Amino acid sequence: MRRGARSIVWVAFKSRRFKGRRIWISTTRPRKPSFALRRALFSKPIASPKSAEAERLSRKLSPKDYLAAAKDYQRKKAEAGFAGITWAKEQGGRALPPIYAVIFNSEEAKFDAPAHPFSIGLGMCVPTVIAFSDEATKDRYVAKALRGDEIWCQLFSEPGAGSDVAASKTKAVKDGGDWIINGQKVWTTGAHFSDFGILLVRTNPDVEKHKGLTMFIVDMKAPGVEVRQIHQASGGRDFNEVYFTDVRIPDQNRLGEPGMGWNVALVTLMNERLAVGGSYGPDYKEIFEFAKGIAAPSGEGALIKDEAFRQKLADWIVRAEGYKLAKFRTMTALSRGQTPGPESSIGKVINANQMMDIANTAIEAQDLYGIIDDPAYAALEGAFHQSYMFAPGLRIAGGTDEILKNIIAERVLGLPQEPRADKGVAFKDLPSGR
Amino acid sequence: MNFDFSDDQKALKDQARKFLADKSSSKAVRAVLNDDAAFFDAALWKGVAELGWLGAAIPEEHGGLGLGRLELCVLAEEIGRAVAPIPFSSTVYFFAEALMLAGAEAQKRDHLPKIAAGERIGCFALSEGPGAPAEASIEAKFDGATLSGVKIPVTDGDCADWAVVVAKEAAGVSLVLVDLNQAGVARETLKTIDPTRGAAKLTFTNAKAERLGAAGQGWALAEAVLDRAAALIAFEQIGGSQACLEMAIDYAKNRYAFSRPIGSFQGIKHKLADMYVAIEVARSNAYYGAWALSTEAAELPFAAAAARAAASDAYYLCAKENIQTHGGMGFTWEVDCHLFFRRAKLLALQAGSPAVWKEKLVKRLEQRNAA
Repeated sequence: MRRGARSIVWVAFKSRRFKGRRIWISTTRPRKPSFALRRALFSKPIASPKSAEAERLSRKLSPKDYLAAAKDYQRKKAEAGFAGITWAKEQGGRALPPIYAVIFNSEEAKFDAPAHPFSIGLGMCVPTVIAFSDEATKDRYVAKALRGDEIWCQLFSEPGAGSDVAASKTKAVKDGGDWIINGQKVWTTGAHFSDFGILLVRTNPDVEKHKGLTMFIVDMKAPGVEVRQIHQASGGRDFNEVYFTDVRIPDQNRLGEPGMGWNVALVTLMNERLAVGGSYGPDYKEIFEFAKGIAAPSGEGALIKDEAFRQKLADWIVRAEGYKLAKFRTMTALSRGQTPGPESSIGKVINANQMMDIANTAIEAQDLYGIIDDPAYAALEGAFHQSYMFAPGLRIAGGTDEILKNIIAERVLGLPQEPRADKGVAFKDLPSGR
Repeated sequence: MNFDFSDDQKALKDQARKFLADKSSSKAVRAVLNDDAAFFDAALWKGVAELGWLGAAIPEEHGGLGLGRLELCVLAEEIGRAVAPIPFSSTVYFFAEALMLAGAEAQKRDHLPKIAAGERIGCFALSEGPGAPAEASIEAKFDGATLSGVKIPVTDGDCADWAVVVAKEAAGVSLVLVDLNQAGVARETLKTIDPTRGAAKLTFTNAKAERLGAAGQGWALAEAVLDRAAALIAFEQIGGSQACLEMAIDYAKNRYAFSRPIGSFQGIKHKLADMYVAIEVARSNAYYGAWALSTEAAELPFAAAAARAAASDAYYLCAKENIQTHGGMGFTWEVDCHLFFRRAKLLALQAGSPAVWKEKLVKRLEQRNAA
């Protein structure tokens, strides 16, 4: 089972490339942030309220300048006390319940705040560091991460360990006080601008799959670490391959005991829960507007008057609203100090497919013109096409639809696991195909 | 942020579930199913009245408990889960809601206390034949004092004492109140897809009737009643869907094929996960509908349509896939799967078909955006 790449989705969609496509999203009714947050984020100002102009400005930044702006924003956010809201005070946090972080995040989302490069590091990696390392290690890394001085990435997935992330093969061999790493990770979000990563590797191939893994902190600038950006089917380059060739990691950078890496990884993945993604591209509101201006297949009147289209539109409304309201239920649980229920697990199963369906409908509705994705000609500057091309990735990243349904079936509904071929077999003896 | 039921409401839910597990057991439901002469479970109806459920949302001054619509939603979910064979929805969501929405004080005083006491069963008569009813298509005629025409089918029309009938008069469509126990009313019991609930063809021949609400306002009032009923029925549908999912899970854990529980196969897991997702989508929409209903919010028409569309689809999916998960056993009369499959269809049509509600939802989105 692989959930390692879940947050990829979130970050990819909040990446600069996609942000340019969100102009039209801001056509929905403007909302007023609370006063304290307005003062913190706007009046000071750390960030600009979301607007077409702000979007254009942020789009104009080079990747380097964007990163500099992001670091600057993170530092100001930390100084204002809005970073690490749920973290313990000794880690520079405010030790507040999760609902406070949810409130801040929903307010922050209304601004053009360049927070995205930090979401994986502060959402998943550094909490893992805090949970599994000694005081000296925490002192070295945590404050710098919180202030945005250093960026973190998560190195779990491998070419041969996708859904089955515990099948990681990248190996670490002890050499005196160091470990020597060789192997390859893949689909690593932000590796090309990260300073550190948490790395899941195999330290013992002679025991069962889940028992021979160990987690480390790796310096992404260390000799032997090579990052190559992946050219996606959608055309973008949001993720990376990371190669390790005789990379040395001091034993002090080990998180948890040798062989306990899977348990450490589970803690990392648990922290994903609150990192539920926001807008995933054109939704029902956008296609509703779009359908007013395009002819129905019958040739009589606009698409919005077409009965078959209206029935589909209703289904999209129901699912989009249902998902949004399910998040309110999660927040209610959080605000009452309860653990969020399983309702928070349905999001991606709904969203990825719906995003694809809406994009496909909008494109097909244009007949042959629908092949044009040139922003100069295409509806919504090509946002439907962008969505169409990214949706297949969204159905895979962060756990495939099939894996997520297995998770719902096994963890929520309590159905039995599939019989496994890897129980009681040493990792080195497991069959592996392509 | 408060998007969940209160502890008191959850306690009510537990109490309702225990009561219905005992009094609306599969055996009790089947007693009505298997008896062509039984329209509902009279003992269960009496018990429900004694618990105050019939008057849960009726104000105390009219003999009810004066709780709220949220409590009614909680009860509806449990009634749906138990496939309760009683005319609850017709009496409470339609008849009582219509009276509370449009009734004159005297009409409320006359009917509501009797409803709350379990002494009066009500129903709502809109449909006159195949296809979705429309304002222009209503043929039943009201002349200010008497009603003539045919309504088919009328859910629970076989056991109801009174009906709210949608009829036309000179001023346009109006709602009228009719005593069904009079010479001018002929009832013909209908066989339906869900024999655990009643249905009738009602023929009115100069039946004595009185207006409910203003003349010519009947269609708007009927739409408003349907919105309220839709928000409430959504909870019955969710209760039924949840029961189907639980049955399917239980069976999938205990039924073995190829020497493993069938629930360990992904073909079954993904089916049940789809049911779960559909229920969660419906439940979230239904909570919004419940909020809108209980606060009489302007969002009710939109929220009720979304809740109903989601809940109708979810129940259909869960009821049919529950049968599929049970394999051949699911297709037998003895296993309860078909009770839900039947009720799913009744509830999906009782307040208008899924297609009609999806159309309403889009229309209301258009109206909302135009406003």
